[in-house]
Amino acid sequence: MAAVEKIFNDTITDRETQDKTLKWVGTRAPRPDGVDKVTGRAKFGADTYLPNMLYGKVLRSPHAHARIRSIDMSRALALPGVKAGVTRDDFPDYPAGAVQPAGEMVINYRDMTRNIMAREKALYEGHAVAAVAAVNERVARQALSLIEVDYEVLPHVIDVEEAMKPGAPLVREDLITEGVEPAPEEPSNIAKRVEFGHGDLDLGFSKADVIIERSFKTQPVHQGYIEPHACLASFSEDGQAELWCSTQGHYVARGHCAKLLQMDVSKLRVTCSEIGGGFGGKTVVYLEPLALALSRKACQPVKMVMTRDEVFRASGPTSGASMDVRIGATKDGRITAGEAVLKFQAGAFGGSPVPAAAQCAFAPYDLDNVKTIGFDVLCNRPKVAAYRAPGAPLGEYAVESVVDELAKTLEIDPLEFRLKNAAKEGSDSSYGPKFGPIGCVETLETAQNHDHYLSTLKPGQGRGVASGYWFNIGGQTSATLNLCEDGSVALVVGTPDIGGSRASLTMMAAESLGVELDKVRPLIGDTSALGYNMLTGGSRVTFAGGIAVHGAAEDMIKQLRERAAATWDVPIDDVEWHGGQAVAVNGYKDQEDPMGLLDIAKDMAKSGGPIVGRCSTNAQGAGPSFGCHIVDVDVDKETGKVSVARYTVIQDAGKAVHPSYVEGQYQGGAVQGIGWALNEEYIYDENGKVENAGFLDYRVPVCSDVPMIDTVIVEVPNPTHPYGVRGVGETPLVPPLAAISNAVENALDIRFTELPMSPPRVLAAIESVG
Amino acid sequence: MARIVLTGNLRLYTEGVTELELESGSIRSLLRELRRRYPDIPEDIEDELAISIDGVLHQDDWFAKIEPDSEVHLLPRIAGG
Amino acid sequence: MTREHITTTINGDPVEFLCDAEQTLLDVLRDELRLTGSKEGCASGDCGACSVTLDGRLVCACLVLAAEVEGHEVTTIEGMAVGDQLHPLQQKFLDHAALQCGVCTPGFLVAAKALLDRNSNPTETEVRFWLAGNLCRCTGYDKIVRAVLDTAAEMRG
Repeated sequence: MAAVEKIFNDTITDRETQDKTLKWVGTRAPRPDGVDKVTGRAKFGADTYLPNMLYGKVLRSPHAHARIRSIDMSRALALPGVKAGVTRDDFPDYPAGAVQPAGEMVINYRDMTRNIMAREKALYEGHAVAAVAAVNERVARQALSLIEVDYEVLPHVIDVEEAMKPGAPLVREDLITEGVEPAPEEPSNIAKRVEFGHGDLDLGFSKADVIIERSFKTQPVHQGYIEPHACLASFSEDGQAELWCSTQGHYVARGHCAKLLQMDVSKLRVTCSEIGGGFGGKTVVYLEPLALALSRKACQPVKMVMTRDEVFRASGPTSGASMDVRIGATKDGRITAGEAVLKFQAGAFGGSPVPAAAQCAFAPYDLDNVKTIGFDVLCNRPKVAAYRAPGAPLGEYAVESVVDELAKTLEIDPLEFRLKNAAKEGSDSSYGPKFGPIGCVETLETAQNHDHYLSTLKPGQGRGVASGYWFNIGGQTSATLNLCEDGSVALVVGTPDIGGSRASLTMMAAESLGVELDKVRPLIGDTSALGYNMLTGGSRVTFAGGIAVHGAAEDMIKQLRERAAATWDVPIDDVEWHGGQAVAVNGYKDQEDPMGLLDIAKDMAKSGGPIVGRCSTNAQGAGPSFGCHIVDVDVDKETGKVSVARYTVIQDAGKAVHPSYVEGQYQGGAVQGIGWALNEEYIYDENGKVENAGFLDYRVPVCSDVPMIDTVIVEVPNPTHPYGVRGVGETPLVPPLAAISNAVENALDIRFTELPMSPPRVLAAIESVG
Repeated sequence: MARIVLTGNLRLYTEGVTELELESGSIRSLLRELRRRYPDIPEDIEDELAISIDGVLHQDDWFAKIEPDSEVHLLPRIAGG
Repeated sequence: MTREHITTTINGDPVEFLCDAEQTLLDVLRDELRLTGSKEGCASGDCGACSVTLDGRLVCACLVLAAEVEGHEVTTIEGMAVGDQLHPLQQKFLDHAALQCGVCTPGFLVAAKALLDRNSNPTETEVRFWLAGNLCRCTGYDKIVRAVLDTAAEMRG
């Protein structure tokens, strides 16, 4: 088993313990796109303009639930300067079974075509009902006010438990719950029931000395990326189109749009802009098919950008949840059984992340008897989009809260209690497969020995810990390395760079080729430049992209050796690639001067033409990542405000290719979690309308809300990756909710079972205790 | 024989069976054999699956090998953020 | 609609433009002048992604009407580097990996420069409160605050 390596984020330079055989991987190299991003030069979704460009705007439903009797566009289209309008009539319907894998998840096009543009009914406030394109934004907005929509307002439902009750307003009148035997005869809002686990719960609970059972409730939150959705579509008269957009996956966006526009995939070329945050929320399409449809009608480019209000009302969010957890343990601290029932808001269409939540909830533990049940429940909100480790933060919040309470009841240190039950290599995971090499124990042990955990709390403060788990994924990935005539190398990849992946992929390419880092220049290719690429998500890019760039480097090295061998007229087996050079070996050793990239590149035309290293693969074997967070909080008993005083993230990265950006993922996830735990929530009025659709009232953490976030990178290598990489981006959002709740409990001796722990809730709890 | 474990809702298509033994082979041959034994399994079920072979996760990987002593879990497909 | 003719100074250069009375400075910077380094994250002054200075004062360009800049001096992110010399803040943001997606970065840099122009030796708390009007969803602020403190230390010499 690999050594545990510690890197503290305030030591920028020294990595003395690092593997000395690696030159670039593991260093804090400059990022290739850095200068463009500090000078304002980088082009994000809304930063592209074309001649003759129109501006598109969307008319959105003012009602949470309403049948659309009719839409009259005639007055809007007659307004001078309006060039095109689209409604439900401009998009194809797909039957209920129109399901196909696209990107990260199976996409149901019956639902997607209804989510981008309301069909029979508007299913949530903000649901797109019509769109127009006009010569400028002012005219487009004016046109929206001239569209006449006849609505029949229907009763709505937002809360997950309300939505599950018999007699609740039905979001979809013909929905029969999947996963129940026999199938229910009556429709309901419950799209699906899932169940995972193994062992015998009754037997497990019968062995327990202590059983704790709690119910939890969380409010829905938004991913909160700073850049609103934006795109620019340009259809030409011959039926071909280009699309520039801010997306986590331009190949995936291309597939969705081609399906919704009923065009050949090859006729649509998609270029991803720089992306201003996504966190899962930019894995689906909203504006893109509308802009394309408008551009097709107008035969002019159409730009569309969401306002922040639209982002909150009509994109993203993730589920609010109701969860019941029961865990039993023996006096000596061994968990004998764990059970969870998770009910998640799916939004207007099925597909909440409740299956993953149910799989991950108990994943940090090696349990003989475990069962989780999940319900995917429709309600009058936008269809939820992925949000960083989709589902896992909620399920693990509930479980880790009860685990903490058990440890307290049994008077066992919470880290010790977790270690007694921790999942390790060979454990049966709570969702089925045996774990391979994992770093759960290593993160817990690192936490135990961390200065933060060993330090004394100030009076009134509380400390909490929690573990977290996420699977991570691989998926289809392509990369090419093009040797330039001067010996430098152009790297083309097809995954949008959302947090520094051009840096990590370039470092692995240079490492594998054995060349200087500044000789490799990365580019994110458009959809015509490379084979298919799954999107940037699932913490997959450094993992799967690393496999692809390493494969492309091996392919290039093979060609470089061939050229050198032919040039020297020696057998290929007598040419090796060392330190960025072709070297003659065996019987030819020292007979030829080594040839570097420049030597081979300058005569490339004569020796056989361009040298291109390629790799297209479907990367498998993603290594899961465990984390453990430690947090200290202060609670102001006068106001109920919880402040985070100290925070430490410990997580297994497998191998940190660029430690600064790994730390950045840890820190960013922790602070998103602080927001989720303490402040963020959608607030709905009695009509199902969002009352806080802006950053003033939907309060994400600001700089003065948080302390420095300490990080420790644990490295238990993933054996399926050439550099041992595990995905790191999602796990950091899993532990914070419980860690903070556990810290608040430690400070106040009050167990909160509702999120967010906002000042009014905390104050009410303090006052109720007296 | 490889040990095959069906998790999630797959038992609904297999008359409640959640564990079975199958000849070794590949993910592709496993899926074909499962559909042969349990015709209720939808044709496109694989699009909704992740398959773990001895703890290593595969998605869309027909020709991944299943050894005679392999332990295989069929799980819901995993998406990410 | 009659458009207004505005004469102003942007990043030290004389600039003239036409605008509608309702257009904000951010609209004009981006849509008319194509200075797209200033970003629109909210259009309500909450996110700071459009931070610029107006006669040296830090403002959100989305809350300033374009017509208001007549006769005044505007500085944007595009004016921060001089020739091929990055401002020390820009360099430190790169050195400290103080950005991930980078969409908030121009606003943070403009805001941080406005702080250091006033206070060459800010405490961590002062940096955090000064930058509280700039939202970043990726970094958790840690590396941004370190970059600003490190820049201040280096510029003090």
